Amino acid sequence: MRKSRRMPLALLAGAATLATLAACDSKGDTAAPGAAGPIKVEATDSACTVSANTVAAGNLTFEITNKGSKVTEFYLYAEGDRIMGEVENIAPGLNRRLIVEVADAGKYQAACKPGMAGNGIRSEFTVTGGAAKAADADAQKAAATKSYADYVANNTAALEEETAKFVDAVKAGKVDEAKAGYARTRVYYERIEPVAEKFGDLDPLIDAREADLQQGQAFTGFHRLEKDLWKQGLQADSPQIADKLLTDVKDLVAKTKTLQLTALDLANGAKELMDEVATGKITGEEETFSHTDLWDFQANLDGSKGAVTALRPLLAAKDAALVSTLDKEFANVQALLDKTRVADGFKFYTELSQDQIKEFASAVDGLAEPLSKVAEVVSK
Amino acid sequence: MSEVSRRKLFGLAGAGVALAGAGAAAGIGIDKATSGDAQASTNTVDFHGEHQSGIVTPTQANLHFAALDVKTKDRAKLQELLKKWTEAARRMTAGQEVVPGGAIDGGTYAPPGDTGEALDLPASNLTLTIGFGPSLFDGRFGLAAKRPAQLIDLPLFPKDKLDPARSGGDLCIQACADDPQVAVHAVRNLVRLGFGVTEVRWSQLGFGRSSSTSRAQQTPRNLFGFKDGTNNIKAEDTDFLRDGVWAQAGDGQAWMAGGSYLVARRIRMHIETWDRETLDGQQGIIGRTKGTGAALGQTAEFDELDLQVGGAGGEPLIAEDAHVRLASHQALNGVRILRRGYNFVDGSDGVGHLEAGLFFLAFNRDTRSQYVPMQQALSSKDAMMEYVQHTGSAHFAVPAGISPTGSWGDALFA
Repeated sequence: MRKSRRMPLALLAGAATLATLAACDSKGDTAAPGAAGPIKVEATDSACTVSANTVAAGNLTFEITNKGSKVTEFYLYAEGDRIMGEVENIAPGLNRRLIVEVADAGKYQAACKPGMAGNGIRSEFTVTGGAAKAADADAQKAAATKSYADYVANNTAALEEETAKFVDAVKAGKVDEAKAGYARTRVYYERIEPVAEKFGDLDPLIDAREADLQQGQAFTGFHRLEKDLWKQGLQADSPQIADKLLTDVKDLVAKTKTLQLTALDLANGAKELMDEVATGKITGEEETFSHTDLWDFQANLDGSKGAVTALRPLLAAKDAALVSTLDKEFANVQALLDKTRVADGFKFYTELSQDQIKEFASAVDGLAEPLSKVAEVVSK
Repeated sequence: MSEVSRRKLFGLAGAGVALAGAGAAAGIGIDKATSGDAQASTNTVDFHGEHQSGIVTPTQANLHFAALDVKTKDRAKLQELLKKWTEAARRMTAGQEVVPGGAIDGGTYAPPGDTGEALDLPASNLTLTIGFGPSLFDGRFGLAAKRPAQLIDLPLFPKDKLDPARSGGDLCIQACADDPQVAVHAVRNLVRLGFGVTEVRWSQLGFGRSSSTSRAQQTPRNLFGFKDGTNNIKAEDTDFLRDGVWAQAGDGQAWMAGGSYLVARRIRMHIETWDRETLDGQQGIIGRTKGTGAALGQTAEFDELDLQVGGAGGEPLIAEDAHVRLASHQALNGVRILRRGYNFVDGSDGVGHLEAGLFFLAFNRDTRSQYVPMQQALSSKDAMMEYVQHTGSAHFAVPAGISPTGSWGDALFA
């Protein structure tokens, strides 16, 4: 698995970046904001005095001084109490700073919350200038995320089905059958790993490697069963671990159905999957006991390609050369993987020569480099 | 006792640096004291003092760090070597050869006493700092009762991938200098003096100091391209040094008073994947802007972190798993350490990637309550862990400084 993922941030990243870009576009149109210095906010237990109530759009700096006796907070709200920015836990006597990027003209509210509770002491705050709101969601982006959502749904359905079979085999003590099903099952997880990683609690339960565990953290999930099957034999608690795996997978599958992805998420996910390959699979660290790293490698490649495929019409319209580079590099990596096929699987990692590993690493770099450019093209 | 420096002795042959007058007057091979040596006074660091140099000394540009194992079981031999090393360190940090008449004046039929590669080079602010590893206290030398409780065997942190060949050691020598060759010369000559008593277990070269330890220094950048160590303890923070860096007599082992505990971690950076991360992503992972180094939400590098500032939707601007948040004293109940790390690139890794990273060196008063909780938080939560891997680890008790007549082993063997 990817070592640790910035879950909440990743979820936000798409939207946040889009907002930032919209703001950048607007910068040219506005008078230099903040030229008049920071906006002073004096907070007491009963008042919230803001030194200016009409300012130009842009980066707004508030300097909040708590002159009251209670710990306070300061918020800038947009319509509908949407938080634009906030500072919490301002102790009496302290000065704190809040820098908020406000790109759009409109009515806002400034609020101090003495005692850090309630609705706060509010005042109107007007932002002028700025640009019109960012254009409505691009239809191509919407189509891309829709298409990728279908890809995710197909894979999560298969993941649940295959995990159930794998778990049954483990519980029945059918070691050979479980071993045969292990890599095949994980394919569906590895294809959508960036999506799974958005659920920060579940991903480690399902996919943590032993070496990555924190002190006192139980070793559960696929890799624990991998260790049982290949190294230490099935343990007394293997059936429980197997049951828990299925429960967690089902939980994950249910959660992915409500996930809202942005086109940027797809772009970042496509890149992350190849970074995964570069740091985890090419080094043989992912499947320490089964050495089935190349199955994961293929699945990561599939997943990356799946995301790029969904974005393809959008990319083709904006940067056709990038699309043809990606096609070529995807094919290059695939050709190398194909050379290691054995029956319906692959060679074990331990059967690869150093030269082969190096060849893979180089091909993955060749692909990941143009992949890292997809996000910017998408955000344009 | 002071002699002309290497630079003086060989100033005539040296590449025309501006000290011709004094160099010419001294002449080759004249072993006598010179006073008012402006060159030496500006680029030597005093080897003696309350604390060892090389800790709060403004961080020099280059590092050669060596961990050694003691091969003898003879306590006296070890003690004797520490004396020899001290004398050699005293000379080299003053810009002299390791022994008088070292490189070329020791007789034609003897191998030169000094290896010679630092001839013509100034002292370059060389500091040599010694430390004692946990394994030195195992009983071979009757030191078991002297082991400080602070000198723990470091726990395995989540995601550690430690190479035993890059970890541990009975002793360490940290050589820092503004010229890499001066640092290498110092370690090489000390290692040579130790043959038969010690052997090198591992060693690490570093360049481009990745922390500043003085307010007079600019914050340098690590190989991720970010300013590193903005919040580091500085030499000027005397209260923090007293409370957080220097061991006190009451801390358990009185012989360590005035010393400190050194944690060395070799942190491999996956710079190739890092370079594919967007600027927004990189800044989010670190929690600082790449340009000025200001914490997110702030405007200038040294503005205090404000962990409780939220952006759109009220999400914290400095994410829960951002590096600066997890490493901050605000998030760690005030815990701070003094960092003195260096960047490294040890060639390539055999699959076409640079074997690059940060050789992390940190000094603290009690590793158990300072470094360990900090690293636990980072190893288990830091978003940056995706791009780094700890591949080496060691821990040393660094004794206090010594007087002009003292030896590195005095306190330990007292």
